[in-house]
Amino acid sequence: MPELFHRKIERSAILFVLGIIAAASVGGIVEIAPLFTIDETVEEAPDMRVYTPLEFAGRNIYIREGCYACHSQMIRTLRDEVERYGPYSLAVESQYDRPMLWGSKRTGPDLARIGGKYSDFWHVAHLTNPRDVVPESNMPAYPWLARTSLRTEDLPLHLAAQQSLGVPYTDEMLENAARDAYGQATPDTDQAAGIAERYGEETNVSAFDGVRTQVTEMDALVAYLQVLGRLTDAAYQDTAAPEEAPEPIE
Amino acid sequence: MDFDYDTVVAFSKTWGLFYMMAFFLCVCVYAFWPSNRQRFDRAKHSILDRDDEPWQK
Amino acid sequence: MIKNLTSGEREISIFILVLVAIAGLAMAALGRADPLGTQGWIVILLAGSLLWLIFRAAFEPEPVEERLTSYYDDPIKIGIALSMFWAVFGMFVGVWVAAQLAWPNLAFDAAWSSFGRLRPAHTTGVIFGFGGNALIATSFHVVQRTSRARLAGQLSPWFVLFGYNLFCILAISGYLLGITQSKEYGEAEWYADIWLVIVWVTYFVLYIRTIARRKEPHIYVANWYFMAFILVVAILHIVNNLAVPVSWGHAKSYTIWPGVQDAMVQWWYGHNAVAFFLTAGFLGMLYYYLPIRAQRPIFSYRLSILSFWGITFFYMWAGSHHLHYTALPHWVQTLGMTFSVMLLVPSWASAGNALLTLNGAWHRVRDDATLRFMMAAAVFYGLSTFEGSFMAIRPVNSLSHYTDWTVGHVHAGALGWVALITFGSLYTLVPNLWKRERMYSAKLVEVHFWLAIAGTLIYVFAMWNSGIIQGLMWRTYTDEGALAYSFTDSLVAMYPYYIARAVGGLLFLMGAVIGCYNMWMTIKSVPLAARADDAPVASAAVPGE
Repeated sequence: MPELFHRKIERSAILFVLGIIAAASVGGIVEIAPLFTIDETVEEAPDMRVYTPLEFAGRNIYIREGCYACHSQMIRTLRDEVERYGPYSLAVESQYDRPMLWGSKRTGPDLARIGGKYSDFWHVAHLTNPRDVVPESNMPAYPWLARTSLRTEDLPLHLAAQQSLGVPYTDEMLENAARDAYGQATPDTDQAAGIAERYGEETNVSAFDGVRTQVTEMDALVAYLQVLGRLTDAAYQDTAAPEEAPEPIE
Repeated sequence: MDFDYDTVVAFSKTWGLFYMMAFFLCVCVYAFWPSNRQRFDRAKHSILDRDDEPWQK
Repeated sequence: MIKNLTSGEREISIFILVLVAIAGLAMAALGRADPLGTQGWIVILLAGSLLWLIFRAAFEPEPVEERLTSYYDDPIKIGIALSMFWAVFGMFVGVWVAAQLAWPNLAFDAAWSSFGRLRPAHTTGVIFGFGGNALIATSFHVVQRTSRARLAGQLSPWFVLFGYNLFCILAISGYLLGITQSKEYGEAEWYADIWLVIVWVTYFVLYIRTIARRKEPHIYVANWYFMAFILVVAILHIVNNLAVPVSWGHAKSYTIWPGVQDAMVQWWYGHNAVAFFLTAGFLGMLYYYLPIRAQRPIFSYRLSILSFWGITFFYMWAGSHHLHYTALPHWVQTLGMTFSVMLLVPSWASAGNALLTLNGAWHRVRDDATLRFMMAAAVFYGLSTFEGSFMAIRPVNSLSHYTDWTVGHVHAGALGWVALITFGSLYTLVPNLWKRERMYSAKLVEVHFWLAIAGTLIYVFAMWNSGIIQGLMWRTYTDEGALAYSFTDSLVAMYPYYIARAVGGLLFLMGAVIGCYNMWMTIKSVPLAARADDAPVASAAVPGE
């Protein structure tokens, strides 16, 4: 009897709560459940490497300063975006990203493929005061990054958390995390020696902020910016052509 | 039962739709059930009643 | 207010506060090498100040027995005050960050005041601080009046209110210290998230138990919306914030969702925070305070039921429209678009229902700025839901996404709908709750109304212009087939609109400050209503009528 049923719904707040859950949760489940198995649809990228400890620390500075509020890291499958920023982003490129930093707003340009486009020196000058390099810029200045030394002693803990979530960091990488973070920003030291072995020959070892004696937050952030879009070549392989932008205005 | 991507998507796309239709039907039946009319009318006017203290058991 | 608690209840609150302070001490000790330590000291400080307040009143006489025969309004009063405080704070930070986009040196080269840290302080301040406190306060009021029952607890309402504000303070002070998960609208870190779950479960239990005490056989529809708000926000909050902390001594945690799953979960959360925090809860306000103020029952109760279930059902599917043309599977994008368009039906049903309720009372809308606040809110609700469905269409989204158009759309909803319905409800509620004849000044309500409308319109038009110009410049080609504008060209074109937007926001902030003054003066200087009883209808009479 529907009549009886509805009377019950109305009388019992608990049943009503169940109704809300039934209505509301299904959309989420239907949309998100398939994504649990999405690794089956994510492209293959055998050459994909993980962030080095220094790059990883830089990524955390990017997060801390809220850079994602103005910069996206997701090139859409539209022709103008591909021509402006580079090949469109693939799911595999952010498969290790916790959290993802796709962003939702471009007050500044997309950064998904910024790595290697500018010199380290340019980045340091730009972050110290953007208007020295781009006079029209409205980006905040981050002069204190070059003055603040990077906290490296707890990097093994951070990488261990990532490892526990399934990012393929080896125990050796964890053990050497603080040492590798130092080494990547101080070329030609003992600490710089093991990095290529653990993270690949392509790893960018450089005195990012121009100072070879200490590792600053500026080193970390620039190291991260320089690796964006360069963890894998998958996006440069055969992928479908981007779409022509639709013309909703005409 | 094998939960690969295609199975889950197929399930979502078919049963999700049926679920929505069934839900919609239930809500319509409830809203338009004739004997509910009186109760709804009372509810919509009752908030305008004057009252200054909670009901006592 | 503490006088209305028995000595036993005072002891329990001391016990809870000591527990909270111990938790704060643990955070301070474990996280002494981390920003977590500073957060611990903030917890100790806040718990300590509340303890001091209770100790000061510890030896006051016991409350009268009859307290249980009246509605429990003390927490509502404090909730309104906190809500207005957060409104001014959040909107001030909003004006500041808006100004930084036009004049970047306004960050003064400090870390805590740079755009990226202030922006979540603004969004959390207005959404969770202002909106959340207003929702808690009004939901406590509405559930008691519509159920004709007193809140089912003496301490739990206070726990919910202060616990919730502790969350807000931890979140916002955290952003300024550089603690963030970077998940938009859910940036607070793991310990604050766990605390919010505890608070929220208490809120839910309190609400359900109060409804279970009701005298009315039927649960009034406003409570449906409040209940959906409480329940679904809990689900969203928990799923979105599942994370592994680095250690007990670190504020930092890493979400369990990687890459594309995180994107989907993030926007499923983000969009439904709009749906169930910024829409459902405030529709609850609309369905109670609008009929009360207009002294007319809602136009169609059946329509309100249909739109309730429509909104609850459809919104959950819509989140993926934030990820058009991205690496998310195509069918999920299409699904999100379809449901976003369908969502227009229940949304317009609600807006239409509100406006048709006013049909026949337009002279009241003309004379009473408070009612006009609510009318304008319903209009903005209709407009911004239409705009939202429109922007969810894939080709439109290709132009609007990543631009200021999105920001304009959000503010059409946040300023035009959420803030206006809140101010309208609070102007109805304040004289009623403090048993005053009327607001201190009907003129100031009128001034607030026009400042709010002008501010919203300037803001939204500026962002429409800048967003569409930006989107078009990015995709314009020269005859030779090259991109016509550099990114910097498009940025330079934005500056006039960024200035206009800051001006619009400033007007809106001024309105809120005037509202605070008006409420303060109402409580301080307006004589008590002639009828000593708390009769909502009598005190809802239109000033000047």
